[in-house]
Amino acid sequence: MAYSKDQLLARLKDLQIEFSQYEHPAVMTVEAQAKYVGNIGGGLSKNLFLKDKKHRFYIVSALADTKVDMKVLSQRLGLGKGGLRMAPEETMLEILKVPLGSVTPFALVNESARDVALLLDKGFKAQERCFFHPLSNDMSISLNTNDLDKFLKSIGRDPAYVDLEANPAVGKDQPPDLAAFVPSGSTVLPDLPDPASAVQSAGGSHVNANNNCKAATEKAIKPAKDVQNVKDKSAKAVNPSSSFTDAEKFVEEILDRISAKLLSETKEGNIAQQGQELGNEIANRLRKCCYPELKNLATIFKNTAYTQGFHAGKASSLTQCPRT
Amino acid sequence: MDKNEEKQREEEREQVVSPWEVSSSGKIDYDKLIDKFGCQRLDQSLVDRVQRLTGRPPHVFLRRGVFFAHRDLNDILDAYEKGEKFYLYTGRGPSSEALHLGHLVPFMFTKYLQDAFKVPLVIQLTDDEKCMWKNLSVEESQRLARENAKDIIACGFDVTKTFIFSDFDYVGGAFYKNMVKVAKCVTYNKVVGIFGFTGEDHIGKVSFPPVQAVPSFPSSFPHLFSGKDHLRCLIPCAIDQDPYFRMTRDVAPRIGYHKPALIESSFFPALQGETGKMSASDPNSAIYVTDSAKAIKNKINKYAFSGGQESVELHRKLGANLEVDIPVKYLSFFLEDDAELEHIKKEYGAGGMLTGEVKQRLAKVLTELVERHQVARAAVTDEMVDAFMAVRPLPNMFD
Repeated sequence: MAYSKDQLLARLKDLQIEFSQYEHPAVMTVEAQAKYVGNIGGGLSKNLFLKDKKHRFYIVSALADTKVDMKVLSQRLGLGKGGLRMAPEETMLEILKVPLGSVTPFALVNESARDVALLLDKGFKAQERCFFHPLSNDMSISLNTNDLDKFLKSIGRDPAYVDLEANPAVGKDQPPDLAAFVPSGSTVLPDLPDPASAVQSAGGSHVNANNNCKAATEKAIKPAKDVQNVKDKSAKAVNPSSSFTDAEKFVEEILDRISAKLLSETKEGNIAQQGQELGNEIANRLRKCCYPELKNLATIFKNTAYTQGFHAGKASSLTQCPRT
Repeated sequence: MDKNEEKQREEEREQVVSPWEVSSSGKIDYDKLIDKFGCQRLDQSLVDRVQRLTGRPPHVFLRRGVFFAHRDLNDILDAYEKGEKFYLYTGRGPSSEALHLGHLVPFMFTKYLQDAFKVPLVIQLTDDEKCMWKNLSVEESQRLARENAKDIIACGFDVTKTFIFSDFDYVGGAFYKNMVKVAKCVTYNKVVGIFGFTGEDHIGKVSFPPVQAVPSFPSSFPHLFSGKDHLRCLIPCAIDQDPYFRMTRDVAPRIGYHKPALIESSFFPALQGETGKMSASDPNSAIYVTDSAKAIKNKINKYAFSGGQESVELHRKLGANLEVDIPVKYLSFFLEDDAELEHIKKEYGAGGMLTGEVKQRLAKVLTELVERHQVARAAVTDEMVDAFMAVRPLPNMFD
């Protein structure tokens, strides 16, 4: 459930955070914002919503004058030279629950943004007050950084201020200094309305087990023109702790794969006959091409069940007092 | 050195196949290897027999001659026909974290054997060997062993029939007793002759061979096979491991055990061509199980050695040289459909199909394989590794 501007303001008041609010027509840029609140004392902020190649998201909030070099930032985070991009608009809506022009550290109050990293300009600290949008760009609120910190701590965030203009060397002996900011869990995006290409997460990263989504799938978000290719890539990222421990999810996973194969086979197959014959033909081809994949899944399921049983057995024999 | 010895030495110099080195001035001559090692060719009649006994189509590696040599496979099959089971033994030397497709080949085949014959399997991780030969620290080799175990488990082994163990963890007890029995039967001179040790090699290396030998004997695993001292053992491995098992087979009857049987594979060629094994230290010589679809496509397009002609016209006229073409070789390992492979070989060999198309087909096949592996790998937890490696009975191992 997305936070609204009013809910945020109410929450700030509850936390006894002192802020001043200024309403104005919706503004899409810092320059436009400056027209309305520029001559009230305080630092205006520019807020960037970024993503990296592994679909991790970042809010970079800086003073309007601070120069932010995306290439440098990318290296300092350990993402290589071109690892950071502006995140597409759909993700802003889905994850931060704010529209274009309203990116703000306050968006982190939303549950959907829990895996988004936050980088704050240390320049904010030098200002008496700083301006941010309270989830909507038709208002700006100004507050002291200590109060911003109070808010961030209240949502379980550890506020950290960084020298965004610094350009330290990154190399073999100098590890990327901002690497700690990179989120460790990947953000799970809820199902999107149009079919996007399903991308598999590389083996090794364990997706956060605590999510409410139906099946933990990680989909690559591409801009509207670059569309889907569901045909061959029916492999999806699998959450080891639910698809293989929960029978319902397991069956859903199997049916997903069968449907995907069904679609691809009916497109590719040389289907001359109709009706009964078609049914048989498809059933045979399906069996042939699904067998190895499904066998793989079933084996993982079995091994996972055994593993859990094994450890339960070990634990239960340890808790029983040995008789001498 | 007389003329005959000289000639023999020269021939042997051209092709080197040992557990620590595989190289050749040209293509590896497998017939020569079979002759030199003294094992048998795995012919079509044996493949047919396997099909009959298991009631399912033989694995693609058998159909295509990837597993091409054996020792005493017939005896195993004879016993199996009479209702006598056997167990499988294979292993890996965990020398690097990065596993490539060549490493998976023996495990993929072993999994098929486990499923087809419904027999148990022990997998040895020779962390001690790598610690000694590659000069890794004990901790590092143990860590690599566990990491490799995850990729091995991802090949789809059944936890109710599989025991994975690392030498550092398991050597001792009954296993060690067998090691000493074997060691007593092999003279220093013999081991130097088989493995080429010199006076400069440290004693760890010299005393290692029994470690790799004794998993062939069921009494090394009392928690699994107690009371089954005459259970036979079948070892799927790459042919460069043959020396260890020649030694083992020599010793076995002297200590009252069955000789282990072997089923051996050829080497998976490097992307750049057939002159040797894939090397874990050259990332572009191989497709790794961690490669993305994009990386696989790239590597195949850029590095896979092509037998195609230099221009399209020439290619249409002369066709491709299938002997050296790597994409076709790889397809023969991994493309399940026999008819499709034949078609590709025919068209490509005649010039009708171009290298690009073959490479594209290969990229699709390998991507599917690697992605399936990655899904399985992501599901392997440390707890699962603990379960596979726990010294526990396997009551359902023959089910």
